Amino acid sequence: MSTPVKAPKPGPQAAKAGPQAAKAQPARPKAPRPAPPLGAPAAAPVLTGAQAVVRALEELEVEAVFGIPGGAILPAYDPLLDSEKVRHVLVRHEQGAGHAAQGYALATGRVGVCMATSGPGATNLVTPLADAHMDSVPIVAITGQVASTAIGTDAFQEADIVGITMPITKHSYLVTSGEEIPRVLAEAFYVAASGRPGPVLVDIPKDILSGTAPFVWPPKMDLPGYRPTTQPHGKQIREAAALIAEARRPVLYVGGGVVKSGAHAELRELAELTGAPVITTLMARGAFPDSHPQHLGMPGMHGTVPAVHALQKSDLIVALGARFDDRVTGKLDTFAPEAKIVHVDIDPAEIGKNREVDVPIVGDCKAAIAAMTEAYADPGKERLKTWWETLDDLRGRYPLGYTDIDDGLLTPQWVIQRLGELAPEGTIWTAGVGQHQMWASQFIKYEAPGTFLNSGGLGTMGYAVPAAMGAKLGQMDRTVWAVDGDGCFQMTNQELATCAIEGIPIKVAVINNGNLGMVRQWQTLFYGQRYSNTNLSTHHSEASPRVPDFVKLAEALGCVGLRAETPDEVDAVIQQANAIDDRPVVVDFTVGPDAMVWPMVPAGVSNDEILYARDVRPNFDDEGEI
Amino acid sequence: MTTHTLSVLVENKPGVLARVAALFSRRGFNIDSLAVGETEHPGVSRITIVVDVEAGSLEQVTKQLNKLIHVLKIVELEAGSSVQRELLLVKVRADAATRGQVIAAAELFKARSVDVTPDTVTFEVTGNRDKIEAFLEVLEPFGIKELVQSGTVALGRGAKSMASLSRYVSPNSQQ
Repeated sequence: MSTPVKAPKPGPQAAKAGPQAAKAQPARPKAPRPAPPLGAPAAAPVLTGAQAVVRALEELEVEAVFGIPGGAILPAYDPLLDSEKVRHVLVRHEQGAGHAAQGYALATGRVGVCMATSGPGATNLVTPLADAHMDSVPIVAITGQVASTAIGTDAFQEADIVGITMPITKHSYLVTSGEEIPRVLAEAFYVAASGRPGPVLVDIPKDILSGTAPFVWPPKMDLPGYRPTTQPHGKQIREAAALIAEARRPVLYVGGGVVKSGAHAELRELAELTGAPVITTLMARGAFPDSHPQHLGMPGMHGTVPAVHALQKSDLIVALGARFDDRVTGKLDTFAPEAKIVHVDIDPAEIGKNREVDVPIVGDCKAAIAAMTEAYADPGKERLKTWWETLDDLRGRYPLGYTDIDDGLLTPQWVIQRLGELAPEGTIWTAGVGQHQMWASQFIKYEAPGTFLNSGGLGTMGYAVPAAMGAKLGQMDRTVWAVDGDGCFQMTNQELATCAIEGIPIKVAVINNGNLGMVRQWQTLFYGQRYSNTNLSTHHSEASPRVPDFVKLAEALGCVGLRAETPDEVDAVIQQANAIDDRPVVVDFTVGPDAMVWPMVPAGVSNDEILYARDVRPNFDDEGEI
Repeated sequence: MTTHTLSVLVENKPGVLARVAALFSRRGFNIDSLAVGETEHPGVSRITIVVDVEAGSLEQVTKQLNKLIHVLKIVELEAGSSVQRELLLVKVRADAATRGQVIAAAELFKARSVDVTPDTVTFEVTGNRDKIEAFLEVLEPFGIKELVQSGTVALGRGAKSMASLSRYVSPNSQQ
């Protein structure tokens, strides 16, 4: 007899239903669900491939496409000019289009769309595609390709973008005929948004965009091998609930999957019912209110002492849409040695990937958490008393904090904290990657899901500005602040021109320490203060003026440019920025270069070695009592 | 490290082999043998992969394979409960003096001679890996001029089939 390899096993109905399976999970990003074709094919209008693309996007209720035209995609831009439903946002670099699509997707829960031409246009999308793949963001990238007959001949602006992006997309298509266009786009949107969301690439040769074919809508999707499991297994849910009831040191370890499935209300119910402490990863900030007394903060390399310690000493980790990333676990062999693991994820490949699991639950977080709550019989909170005493003690002794450095420059953590405190309600935050990103996670309080968008898995510098542009376009009535570093900002700030011209008034706080701050921090700690290639010269000094001057740069890009250099200017400048809503604003906060992100678990060591500040190990003197 | 045989049913679409192979190469797993062909339904192909990995690593690769949209089903075939065959073509030095011995050896392995020259004989033989290796060992002293081996193909024993393909194939699948 053959041994079936364990695979996600949907019921026969799910397999047959295909598109309809998404119905069970109303809070996931909306996926289009075309029904079987109705009328006779003869009734189908004959369109050019380009018209078919635009019509399909209209049928899929796409309201915005971020992109740049070029040779191979040119035909698609002609009908786009006439579309009243689809707005095209002309970006300045394709990477910006991709991150904007990500920001739009995360802010709206819909699929983000970006478009580029063949060759360099398409390869410029590689970074955002990889980013969306790592952070499970539903986007569809449409790229032009050289004509079918020229493929494989090293034609002008030819790149095998399907081949290049194979490992960094959830799926990809090279369209081979005009008839396929409606089906391929419908499938692309459905695949991107359903199951574990991710990026899908659709590559369309120029001759197919120019040629004609009947346009049948709704098309019949053909995805026999795609059957995401959304409904968790009842037996495993009951086992998980029983383990939570038995545990004396439980932790709910919440990841981005909870945000993606819209399970924040269910999470809060489970947390309050069980009384267990909650920690939210970088991708899940906001999934559980920061103000909630059960919230211990973020785990991992720059997590809070109580969150890192709670995981480390736990006897039961309930991982919800989280993936035991190395930035969370530290040295895996020594991670949470006494903990049993309940792991809920919609992607079966995540379960058991890094850490062996006691109770695997494949399914959508919303459904799984609700089911666990239902199955849970509360034995009373008395058993958690010692656990909470330990954690509360750590919270009291090791709160997130910072010390001012007497260098005459602003303290970056304080600037970010003030940004958070002065922001209008409902503000959406984006961040680049580095020190400012960690401080934005630590010192801004997040109360609702989808309010902190950043690049977690790939760690893409330059994410903040274009992602903010996409988020703002999707949520025009909300304030969108990009917290950026001077390094990140110089990678993608050209999209501010897009924002200025297209009327997308985002706000950017450049936490300008004149350096690649996180790299500099590592050089300080691990490379004997040898600052190799980290000074960006964006500070004013005797030797050199600011290069560039971010205020002048902002003005050149059609934005308002502001600057704060002393503590008494900070609040006023933030309020001034908050009051502007007709133009993008950039604020250059001149901060000191020596501030460091703490706490810190150095790379590759055990979470037990967490440092609260430089050379300060927390005193876990009460370990023996638990 | 142990040898595993995976039978993977996939949609017969361009790029599917590249996607499957890439998942192995990304993790540095060397594929020992690979065979791809159409099945009883032209819309579905079967890829047979023999790979030398630890069970835990194999489970992770299998899960990643299952995530590929074009992969329909994966089964690991155990040696004892499946029929596994390779095809070998081998060109052996055989002159008038040795031809008789070479052909006698080949008969023991039920190999067929498919091409003969004054100095060589080319044989065709099928069998599992052990048989092929044993045959080559016997031919070695005569002088092997060149050989080619197919990847392993395998089917589970018994009346059951791995999957009813009609379940996967819809009318507008590529034919």
